[in-house]
Amino acid sequence: MPNAFWCIVEDDRAGLPKKVMAEVIGEATRLSGGAEAVWLTDKASDEGLKQLGEWGATRILLVESAGLAPYRAEVWVKVLADLAAPEAPRAIFGPVTSKQRELLARLAARLGVGLSADSVAFAMAGDTLTATRPVYAGKLLSKVAWAKTPCVATLRPNVFRPAEAQPGKTATVERPQTSLGDAFMKFVERREETSTGLPELTEAETVISGGRGMKGPENYVILEDMARVIGAAVGASRAAVDAGWRPHRFQIGQTGRTISPKLYLGFGVSGAIQHLAGMRTSKVIVAVNKDPEAPIFKIADYGIVGDLFEVVPALTQEFKRLLEK
Amino acid sequence: MKILVAIKQVPDTATQMKLGADGKTIDPTGITWIVSPYDEFAVEEALRIKEKRGQGEVVAVSLGPDRVKEALRSCLAMGCDRAIHLNDPAWGAADTLMTARALAAVVKQEAPQLVLCGRQAIDDDMGALPAQLGELLGWPSAYWIMEEAVDADGKTVRVARQVEGGLEVFDLPLPAIVTAQKGLNEPRYPTLKGIMGAKKKELKDVKAADVGLAAEAPQLSITALEALPPRPPGRIIQGDLPTAVKELVRSLREDAKAI
Ligand SMILES: Cc1cc2nc3c(=O)[nH]c(=O)nc-3n(C[C@H](O)[C@H](O)[C@H](O)COP(=O)(O)OP(=O)(O)OC[C@H]3O[C@@H](n4cnc5c(N)ncnc54)[C@H](O)[C@@H]3O)c2cc1C
Ligand SMILES: Nc1ncnc2c1ncn2[C@@H]1O[C@H](COP(=O)(O)O)[C@@H](O)[C@H]1O
Repeated sequence: MPNAFWCIVEDDRAGLPKKVMAEVIGEATRLSGGAEAVWLTDKASDEGLKQLGEWGATRILLVESAGLAPYRAEVWVKVLADLAAPEAPRAIFGPVTSKQRELLARLAARLGVGLSADSVAFAMAGDTLTATRPVYAGKLLSKVAWAKTPCVATLRPNVFRPAEAQPGKTATVERPQTSLGDAFMKFVERREETSTGLPELTEAETVISGGRGMKGPENYVILEDMARVIGAAVGASRAAVDAGWRPHRFQIGQTGRTISPKLYLGFGVSGAIQHLAGMRTSKVIVAVNKDPEAPIFKIADYGIVGDLFEVVPALTQEFKRLLEK
Repeated sequence: MKILVAIKQVPDTATQMKLGADGKTIDPTGITWIVSPYDEFAVEEALRIKEKRGQGEVVAVSLGPDRVKEALRSCLAMGCDRAIHLNDPAWGAADTLMTARALAAVVKQEAPQLVLCGRQAIDDDMGALPAQLGELLGWPSAYWIMEEAVDADGKTVRVARQVEGGLEVFDLPLPAIVTAQKGLNEPRYPTLKGIMGAKKKELKDVKAADVGLAAEAPQLSITALEALPPRPPGRIIQGDLPTAVKELVRSLREDAKAI
């Protein structure tokens, strides 16, 4: 619909929208009073459509086609551009994921409009949308404005307040006729990471991070034990990754993953500026370090000065006691 | 095979950033400028492709003011064959899309088989330009590449891109654009010989008119640049280990409601 706020759905590849969509729809609804979901997938589900409705999407544009999997930007971007042309939405939002950071950039170029990537706040003044985004490794915040609509933006996960599900609320579902873009890229294979059984780093609400103070790869089991108790992901500093203790996909920071969990717990991490770049927007920060001068204490909400090898097991026990009550 | 590497010059990651007087730009005094770290992975990979094939040309290109020459020189010192500097006041307020348009114009003139970029420039942290360049050229693109192999005929490149939960492997017909993620390689340091040799390599200045572009207004503009709101002061929890741990968990549950 003209002037609508579109939310491009990120799903779990099994028919359900990811939880981060509650954040995107929540923010779009706050800004516009009614968000629309646009879902491109090879496999939707009634449950998924219901979920989007309960999060507050008033209307869902569903394009379901086998040709959309696996995701290739060149195939998807044409569909979105064709849908956007007659609909003229005011804004097109999506979460920052490996897919959408590329897709929405291509879409913005195709539509000839601006893109605010990795946004952490929005404001509407009259008809004008502005976004806030961290720049210079999160050392400064930049406010940006678009010259024309649609305003395309990606939203950093875990930053925006998720919409609360309203049981029974439904969206109208439309299945527009579209044609897919030509595929040039050929899919070869997908190599799954060996599962840790823990949440994905960028999606987790709680993240435990181990730095050089962990002293060796074998010691990460104590962090994983804690992670299982509190449902956290386990990440690492670059020093730990460069030492070969953890694979690179677990690196937090400027040259790793950007995370923004509700709770970040750092053990044996000094808090170098490049590490902070990847976790500074965490809501609550806890640091355990034996050096009282470690820079991480400057941004920590709670700190314990001590030996992590003593603190971690004791803390895990205490979490266990609390959560088993 | 001709490879183009798009690089951006950015403030060193350890630099303390200060706001400029206009409230929209940074204060450039005291900044050490470097090649954006991900772009070094891109340069390194381009050089490795050329070395492996035993022939080819690697061209570094960057858009920015005069100081950018220094960044291009260091790419030449690493081993790039020549450099192109998009240097025109018309690009002074360039946003990602305008930069992509300028680079697309150069790509059309140079007609490389492969364009390598960094995953994101660590100043604006957009991570958007390579995708936009791909879109403007109508080329396939692949983000966050951890591995790459150009086939013997130079017709396709096989890439493994990092996604949530794994790696996805694709064959891209050339010409194509790929963006380097950390882990792709370890960039080399320029040798003294490389640094000396770089002075003799071609570094061409290009104006907007040279690539057939007229001045345009940015689609995204910065209305304000701000310091971070201060975090409320934190608290070091004192006491012996059992007391401190108990108090930490209590605070996380009752005060911060984080657990
Ligand atoms: C271009 C560039 C990009 C970078 N990108 C990243 C990035 O993405 N992510 C990143 O993390 N870094 C990055 N870095 C590296 C960064 O500068 C730091 O070197 C790194 O973060 C340090 O990791 P660390 O805190 O684990 O190690 P250190 O700085 O060595 O800190 C270890 C800490 O552990 C403490 N400690 C030791 N033993 C114990 C113990 N038993 N109990 C409690 N505490 C203990 C020490 O007091 C110390 O504070 C980058 C650097 C550059 C130049
Ligand atoms: N001004 C520029 N000149 C040349 N290449 C650039 C420029 N800006 C960005 N790039 C390339 O695009 C990548 C992503 O940049 P960005 O989208 O700005 O985060 C960088 O790593 C570079 O490879």
